[in-house]
Amino acid sequence: MIIEALAFYALAGILTLSALLVITVRNPVHSVLFLILGFFNAAGLFVLLGAEFIAMILVIVYVGAVAVLFLFVVMMLDVSFADLRKGAMQYVPIGLVIGAILLSELILVYSVWGFAPETLDNRAAPVEKFEGLTNTEALGNVLYTDYIFPFQLAGLILFVAMIGAIVLTHRSRPGVRKQSVADQQARKASDVLEIRKVQTGSGA
Amino acid sequence: MAPQDLLIEYLPILIFMIIALGISGAMVLGSILVARQKPDPEKNSAYECGFDAFGDARNKFDVRFYLVTLLFIIFDLEIAFLFPWAISLKGIGVFGFWSMVVFLGVLTVGFIYEWKKGALEWE
Amino acid sequence: MLDLWNTYGVWTAWTLLYIVLIIVGVLLSVAYLTYAERKVLGGMQRRQGPITVGPFGLLQPIADGLKLFSKETVIPSQANRVVFLLAPVILFALSLMAWAVIPFDRDWVLANINVGVLYLFAVSSMGVYGVIMAGWASNSRYAFLGGLRSASQMVSYEVSMGLIIVCVLLCTGSLNLQDIVLAERPVWMQALLFPMLIVFLISILAETNRAPFDLPEGESEITGGFMVEYSAMAFALFFLGEYANMILMSAMTTVLFLGGWLPPFGMDFLAFVPGIVWFALKTAAILFFFIWARATLPRFRYDQLMRLGWKVFLPFTLIWVVLTAGVLLTFDALPG
Repeated sequence: MIIEALAFYALAGILTLSALLVITVRNPVHSVLFLILGFFNAAGLFVLLGAEFIAMILVIVYVGAVAVLFLFVVMMLDVSFADLRKGAMQYVPIGLVIGAILLSELILVYSVWGFAPETLDNRAAPVEKFEGLTNTEALGNVLYTDYIFPFQLAGLILFVAMIGAIVLTHRSRPGVRKQSVADQQARKASDVLEIRKVQTGSGA
Repeated sequence: MAPQDLLIEYLPILIFMIIALGISGAMVLGSILVARQKPDPEKNSAYECGFDAFGDARNKFDVRFYLVTLLFIIFDLEIAFLFPWAISLKGIGVFGFWSMVVFLGVLTVGFIYEWKKGALEWE
Repeated sequence: MLDLWNTYGVWTAWTLLYIVLIIVGVLLSVAYLTYAERKVLGGMQRRQGPITVGPFGLLQPIADGLKLFSKETVIPSQANRVVFLLAPVILFALSLMAWAVIPFDRDWVLANINVGVLYLFAVSSMGVYGVIMAGWASNSRYAFLGGLRSASQMVSYEVSMGLIIVCVLLCTGSLNLQDIVLAERPVWMQALLFPMLIVFLISILAETNRAPFDLPEGESEITGGFMVEYSAMAFALFFLGEYANMILMSAMTTVLFLGGWLPPFGMDFLAFVPGIVWFALKTAAILFFFIWARATLPRFRYDQLMRLGWKVFLPFTLIWVVLTAGVLLTFDALPG
């Protein structure tokens, strides 16, 4: 269908363009905004492939959560990116050398890489009885049972991330006043109030 | 559903998105064009209760805001795992249920840790 | 040529017509929601609300709109112009976009996608960008602090919203919004979901930055929050976006919990009333709750807000997800 092809080229084009802009624009906030545009277009490409669940999760997790953090960091952390860039040119030679080494390694690896014969079959028919299911169901049917170990591993990674986030960023500051709801609720009038009968005229 | 039918359902969303962005952009631009624009330096200075602003407003802020977003990412991912599970719980049965309980249990340990550490405290 | 028209043209024309209908409907509802809010608030405070423009003040929202349209758009000299103007546009466009998947009546839906709930969740999770961008681009302290607060608040309550949606999905077994409405719900299942409905209602108050969770605006404290530097139509778009989001969240509640376009309480003899009327009535009931809460409750403090989100709603909804799943599994009542 022609619209499908058009949509593909539009999405892919914008994706590539925004990816380029991410690394070339001067203002770091603009580059995060282009990154978000890139995520968004990638989600569109997933929809074109029929992977609607992955597309939505990409938007929810990457656009809705991860990019918010990026934006927070570049917007509010007082990093002067102009200063960071100043000395960048002197690293160009060494960067080129490292890039060349990596590229040649990749070429080497790729040229001798062989797939096991059954991999292709697996790729062609990853899940049996896929017909008639939405891809969310197809995913759910295997992820939690057949692939339980990767799933639990993902849980552990999230756990480590949670602990790491707290260890790295949490500082308990002394001397700040906090509300203790339990104490407030447990406090009774009889603990703190005392009603005294004062005789008329004896108060002075 | 065949991919073709699926895409037919998404096309209106794309059109809607373009129209919605177009309309809201046109509203702002139209207002700028139609209304009389008379900027002057005082009017255009940042609002600070009559003072001139001291320096840049974008300064460092409490690290707690980062912590909230970090924790949000983790819980968002957890929810992302829950969606397919909720749909296909019938198919995967008791084993799938306990599989998820273990997963949530691990994260609950982390949650209790952050609670006890006071990462959820604001003052 | 005629052939081409028959295959694509008719479809395109219908789609465009439907999109225009939705947008006009949403804009009109937003306009009259502001009117209704002022009338209801007035009534609750023994005032009259708008009465001057048109009969019973009915033309007031239109007058307001025209006024805001003809005002000068002030762009602060310190601001980042592009992002500054882009923020309200994005916020408003997002609040319109979500309507593409809402089923107003049986098969009255623009895009009947399989993952409707996720689409709604995704669009509402992007709403935070309009706020952060506005707060940052204004380059004003109040706007910055307001944007920051607002973003953290929206993000915090999104977690419990997501978990509540999972609870509903357990009971319906589909991500498609039509299927969710049509899913069979015995009374005990409704009872199981009822606490989630309450938590959801409170969460959408926080998600749309409405009273009593309107700290980002907090006019007595940070003078309007992230919107402080905005004027004219750019301001109006924030305003429209907020109200459109309110209506959207109410419609979402209607679809997830209240049976969408179906007659209430399973009263099938009322089915002769068009579904969209029921849909509108249910949505309006929840909108009334929004306004009622605003008239009744004082503003939360920020630490209380965060505590409610993270320490009360999050554990509660998480436990409820496991509980719902366990109950449904034990009694073999899982759908699908």
